[in-house]
Amino acid sequence: MNSSREYADYTTGEPVVDTKAPAGPVAERWDTRRFEAKLVNPANRRKHTVIVVGTGLAGGSAGATLAEQGYHVVQFCYQDSPRRAHSIAAQGGINAAKNYRNDGDSVHRLFYDTVKGGDFRARESNVHRLAQISVEIIDQCVAQGVPFAREYGGLLDTRSFGGVQVSRTFYARGQTGQQLLLGAYQALSRQIAAGNVEMHPRTEMLDVIVVDGRARGIVARDLITGKIETYFADAVVLASGGYGNVFYLSTNAMNSNATAIWRAHRRGAYFANPCFTQIHPTCIPRTGDHQSKLTLMSESLRNDGRIWVPKAKGDDRPANKIPEDERDYYLERIYPSFGNLVPRDIASRAAKNVCDEGRGVGPGGQGVYLDFADAIKRMGKKAVEAKYGNLFDMYARITDEDPYKTPMRIYPAVHYTMGGLWVDYDLQTTVPGLFAIGEANFSDHGANRLGASALMQGLADGYFVLPSTINDYLARNPHHDEISDEHPVVREVLDETADRISRLLAVDGDRTPDSFHRELGELMWEFCGMARTETGLRKALERIPQIREEFWRRIKVPGTGEEFNQSLEKANRIVDYLELAELMCLDALHRAESCGGHFREESQTPDGEAARRDEEFGYAAAWEFTATGEAPALHKEDLVFEYVHPTQRSYA
Amino acid sequence: MKLTLRVWRQQNADAEGAMSTYEVDNISSDMSFLEMLDTLNEELIVKGDDPVAFDHDCREGICGACSLVINGDAHGPERTTTCQLHMRSFKDGDTIDVEPWRAAAFPVVKDLVVDRSSFDRIIQSGGYISAPTGAAPEAHAAPVPKPDADYAFEHAECIGCGACVAACPNGSAMLFTSAKVNHLGVLPQGAPERETRVLDMVAQMDEEGFGGCTLTGECATACPKGIPLPSISAMNKEWLRATRKVSR
Repeated sequence: MNSSREYADYTTGEPVVDTKAPAGPVAERWDTRRFEAKLVNPANRRKHTVIVVGTGLAGGSAGATLAEQGYHVVQFCYQDSPRRAHSIAAQGGINAAKNYRNDGDSVHRLFYDTVKGGDFRARESNVHRLAQISVEIIDQCVAQGVPFAREYGGLLDTRSFGGVQVSRTFYARGQTGQQLLLGAYQALSRQIAAGNVEMHPRTEMLDVIVVDGRARGIVARDLITGKIETYFADAVVLASGGYGNVFYLSTNAMNSNATAIWRAHRRGAYFANPCFTQIHPTCIPRTGDHQSKLTLMSESLRNDGRIWVPKAKGDDRPANKIPEDERDYYLERIYPSFGNLVPRDIASRAAKNVCDEGRGVGPGGQGVYLDFADAIKRMGKKAVEAKYGNLFDMYARITDEDPYKTPMRIYPAVHYTMGGLWVDYDLQTTVPGLFAIGEANFSDHGANRLGASALMQGLADGYFVLPSTINDYLARNPHHDEISDEHPVVREVLDETADRISRLLAVDGDRTPDSFHRELGELMWEFCGMARTETGLRKALERIPQIREEFWRRIKVPGTGEEFNQSLEKANRIVDYLELAELMCLDALHRAESCGGHFREESQTPDGEAARRDEEFGYAAAWEFTATGEAPALHKEDLVFEYVHPTQRSYA
Repeated sequence: MKLTLRVWRQQNADAEGAMSTYEVDNISSDMSFLEMLDTLNEELIVKGDDPVAFDHDCREGICGACSLVINGDAHGPERTTTCQLHMRSFKDGDTIDVEPWRAAAFPVVKDLVVDRSSFDRIIQSGGYISAPTGAAPEAHAAPVPKPDADYAFEHAECIGCGACVAACPNGSAMLFTSAKVNHLGVLPQGAPERETRVLDMVAQMDEEGFGGCTLTGECATACPKGIPLPSISAMNKEWLRATRKVSR
């Protein structure tokens, strides 16, 4: 872990090219690729084993679909059941270009909105495919019995989300993620019962096995017995989600972690755009140091809620004592055409700005109002309750305040990571045979994800894209030599894993895993959060190795490795956060432009909006791990825009 | 707040368990119950003691992982999940008992962590609609009357936490099973498998060692998602209907 290199060093390697995206009109590329891809004879599929890590929307749908196609699937999740992955907490909805509203929506418009919303840092080919598949996802989920909201005529209802002017978001009250995930879980359960999926719950992937340049399996730990075991396959699919928990406080589940993707990165998979993190504008503000996580209030609330702060600094009157003309509905004022429905990065930054000006509300001035008084007046309390009831209840339970009477207080929080493992059009990483789907990859959202697009992407990848593209790899690599634990590469990976665990247990220091996680998180929030500067990032890059050094000197993990040991699980994940955080800061430092969720204070327009520098930074940054303590290598993938011409985003 | 906790400690599935007593101080009423346990665990780790193991993940009341019996009630005194229970529901000086779900079909893994894989096997036995990817008709091909869609949603809200089983004096899983049976059974998409689904799921439920239902209603009282008690009678009706239809 010790190194002599300068903390901000990196080298520049060969550019990286996506060799799988076909040429030709963007609308035909997916068809072309599916036709060009080799297929595996249905009778031969049973002979292929595919490992899937994770059971969220991407992993659950991929596991079920691959098994339906006839592959032998071996699947893992750290939770006690595949039904609990954090996709379940997604509230608002899922986008699809169905145009049921006849409001001018189309595949092309969803494509356009997503490329623009991502601030021109996503690939056109991928995003267009996503928009095309979106309509099939809704069909698939309805067929599975997902109880979407419906109109009285029995047809599906939709609503609007940020960054768009059509109503294309399908939803199931405030629990859309739950209902979609249960649909995927049930499809997966059917395949488990049929013997096509071998499910390993409470089993955490700790490393990937790469033999002769191909992914051949994983090393995983049984969280109940502590036993470390190998699992071999013809291909490995990572669907392990994002890395927002680097920040300690986020809307992610407590145990969501970056270990699978970070270990894959260390074994050769490039990591793209690690600094692209999404700070969600509408979360419940923190109440104190005991806070263990932050809770999101769905973006759908911005359909009817109005965001405001007092016009005057330090105005500490209660909300209902502040007269209308002394309130600043700042989103409506600055962005009249999108109003409260501007994209997330813009809404978050605007909230930060008014709080920085001293106009924030609530304890510490770290909050803005989300007010439903007008909506209640217009629609009646009952209609508001029907639409948002469960969210209001959740808010009331956490804050002990009644949002029907006083406006909600909200503040931005880390929510999603657009960055992830670099993948080509086939969703294959730079390690042949290793695929990454859902939030674990970087592919579709550019520098900012639009609301209700994560569910769309997870299910597009899992139900439709990966099950088509993985055939090509398996067909071209039909026979592998048998490997076992005795193989020297496998032996080495096993030894390294065991060694890491025994080192964690051996330190026997005086600080808890959480204390380190919290320290790292605070540092990242301060210097690699909503606004970033060169000075701040350099400070963080200097500090992270020091925390890491202290971690290995002072960490305390009670118990043993041969038992159910939650402290050990946590400490092991923090080891990876402490390395990933450094790459995030380095990426943020090197990208001396602002784009989407990545706001560099040095690069802004006169009115404070993110100023992109397309000439210099119109690429995806794919980072290669070189060696422990060595400078990573940057590979640039140039982004070409043939259909959506990059402009300064305007939501005014 | 200063509190006395009496917590079930059990090293593993085979070990004997017992209640252990701990004192925690400086507890804020804004803390969630699990954040209060985090505070205890941080202290235990620094002292070199084994922290209390408990299942938790989303801490938003939706993943269904958290599962504590608090002062004899599944998920504690409020009608919510343990993670959404806040310390403002307790008073300074209180003594709080914390135990795992107790049911034959939920064996203890460690301390407050139990094995709920029996629930997964009930779903695997038929809690799905067979709709392989790619085979779906256009979503608007089969309109669903809003009351049916709402009824389906109301039952689909189940988070699979197991509070219903923990609260039931018989350790019955009728509420859990009926929630899925009613969710899928009311939808046109679920109709083709309506009979086999209820018969297979009930058979699996019995095989897992869950107790019988005597309609005490504790399950619906404990359910953090408000799955209604009539769900059970609706399933009984479905089961009878299926038995007659299948034997025909």
